[in-house]
Amino acid sequence: MARNHAGQFYSGFNRLGPWCSPSGSPAPLSCETGCGEGSWILVCRLLVPTQVSLLSMEEDIDTRKINNSFLRDHSYATEADIISTVEFNHTGELLATGDKGGRVVIFQREQESKNQVHRRGEYNVYSTFQSHEPEFDYLKSLEIEEKINKIRWLPQQNAAYFLLSTNDKTVKLWKVSERDKRPEGYNLKDEEGRLRDPATITTLRVPVLRPMDLMVEATPRRVFANAHTYHINSISVNSDYETYMSADDLRINLWNFEITNQSFNIVDIKPANMEELTEVITAAEFHPHHCNSFVYSSSKGTIRLCDMRASALCDRHSKFFEEPEDPSNRSFFSEIISSISDVKFSHSGRYIMTRDYLTVKVWDLNMENRPIETYQVHDYLRSKLCSLYENDCIFDKFECVWNGSDSVIMTGSYNNFFRMFDRNTKRDVTLEASRENSKPRAILKPRKVCVGGKRRKDEISVDSLDFSKKILHTAWHPSENIIAVAATNNLYIFQDKVN
Amino acid sequence: MMLSKGLKRKREEEREKEALAVDSWWLDPSLPAVAQAPPAVASSSLLDLSVLKLHHSLRQSEPDLRHLVLVVNTLRRIQASMAPEPTLPPVPSPPAAPCVADNLLASSDAALSASMASLLEDLSHIEGLSQAPQPLVDEGPPGRPTGGSPPNLGALDLLGPATGCLLDDELEGLFEDIDTSMYDSELWAPASEGLKPGPEDGPGKEEALELDEAELDYLLDVLVGTQALERPPGPGR
Repeated sequence: MARNHAGQFYSGFNRLGPWCSPSGSPAPLSCETGCGEGSWILVCRLLVPTQVSLLSMEEDIDTRKINNSFLRDHSYATEADIISTVEFNHTGELLATGDKGGRVVIFQREQESKNQVHRRGEYNVYSTFQSHEPEFDYLKSLEIEEKINKIRWLPQQNAAYFLLSTNDKTVKLWKVSERDKRPEGYNLKDEEGRLRDPATITTLRVPVLRPMDLMVEATPRRVFANAHTYHINSISVNSDYETYMSADDLRINLWNFEITNQSFNIVDIKPANMEELTEVITAAEFHPHHCNSFVYSSSKGTIRLCDMRASALCDRHSKFFEEPEDPSNRSFFSEIISSISDVKFSHSGRYIMTRDYLTVKVWDLNMENRPIETYQVHDYLRSKLCSLYENDCIFDKFECVWNGSDSVIMTGSYNNFFRMFDRNTKRDVTLEASRENSKPRAILKPRKVCVGGKRRKDEISVDSLDFSKKILHTAWHPSENIIAVAATNNLYIFQDKVN
Repeated sequence: MMLSKGLKRKREEEREKEALAVDSWWLDPSLPAVAQAPPAVASSSLLDLSVLKLHHSLRQSEPDLRHLVLVVNTLRRIQASMAPEPTLPPVPSPPAAPCVADNLLASSDAALSASMASLLEDLSHIEGLSQAPQPLVDEGPPGRPTGGSPPNLGALDLLGPATGCLLDDELEGLFEDIDTSMYDSELWAPASEGLKPGPEDGPGKEEALELDEAELDYLLDVLVGTQALERPPGPGR
């Protein structure tokens, strides 16, 4: 595939500087599986520019000048730039981010070349488009936020890329395609596109396709609207590649990609009497292989596996996953911290992973009464729950991800920390995504939070944690040890040095 | 400075200025946090905090349902720990009218408000929370107050004096944003319940009110006045 000019144009603004070749001390011992908990390096930090003139299909290449007054400085970033979702596509070649301003930015992986081996793993801007605009619901006099809640890629079936992006109310299917030829020699139009007077045409010619500078264009192909009363929290593409589901607080709808004016309601937990409402849906996902199965999680810490073959309305679950409450840890906040913020099937389809406020749990689909693994993300916060309730941090929704082989899981925390857990070796590591501590190609130093007693030199005490710096969204390349970590408006890409 | 979700309000800003210290009034710091059993009864400040959060959440034009449900459930736990009898007074099952009203709505605002209203009325049993005279809420089934005062003010009084969150006491102020298409005659079922927390929640929020005849007439008079001012004639009117 040809290099695209859009990427080259942007890349100068995105790189931190000339890359230095890997050097320095040898990487620390990494575990046998190569998850490299001690050997992650920063590949690049991508700051999405805030003043990009939006590219339109009709614009000529020459006039598509990028506004040079990029706001590159982190301190000028606006709230609209806060990244709200990150997702690799199925090959890992593309990485999409959505932000609070309704914009989608797609990064493409740098092509490998023998001359510049150390640049492998870099991602450059491939396409930027405004997916959702702020809307106003006139009936209810409510503003509908344009923030992109989730992006999900469709598997690639032709030269174009397709992704779903959603805000609180509307899901859109976007087609991202490249154009590197354009027709020239129209009979009725001149080269600028102006209509010619038919009376002046004396000969006919056949338009020919001529090469042009590569242009990446994004077009909305479907808009799936007006199906959700409540806020959409999840979308999931089915393994049949024909349907997908969208889940809000109380309902889950099944869509066919071709049909936008109809959707099937497959889960409805809205009580007849709203006074009885005690539980909401927090996340949902299709099984990666069985197109009839999906799971959804709840604010009460439960997961339900449903089979669409059983009935049209899947209000009765096939399986119900819940761990009994630990009596020694019971508090007034027990329910809030048990609320599941994310649920993800493993690539194998045998396990599901859930994230609640303090832990990540791995469940075997064949065992409903308790998870098979529980990992403490930041248990030192357990004594701070009341303060975290006060400042609403206890309601933060962290996501979690599997690596390609399902051997390592990753999730975010506060102070720009994120955590990785190796399921085989049971080792874990805390890393930090921050500008101050990361030079390009530098090896990330594991971080440690001091929970009591004497604080060592490199440790940080719990009270010094910055709770405004939260890593909610991370993504792992489907087959390689490359991860994307979103910290406010910065996107960090790290790579395992072992590779 | 720590960020908190949702709108920033002065009260919360003051709270945020405090460092995230160990919650010493919550737990005995000498004991390991994990093994510490929670106090049998929640402190009143935790209760107040939760009520504040609930009210704040309800005042959003479109409340975050998850946040709301979690706060409400937490509040129920706190109340259960404080009240001698943990069972809540039974809520009268509403007849068809609220369901009809609910069907009219694209969102659940009114019904949700109703559920919050009943919860708030439950909370009124806790002393110290409400400075409204007890009989206002205790008389009869919840939601059906004594005559004279507008019905939805009963629950609002719970919040007003205690937390100072009630902004507008005037009857007209409460109704000025109502989508009056709801007030077709067939929908006036006396046993329907509802509560709108505040007038600034935006037009389009519809109410199912529990009224007796005198109040019904009074309110209709008010509505006709505001309706003439604000609503262009619509179909079926």
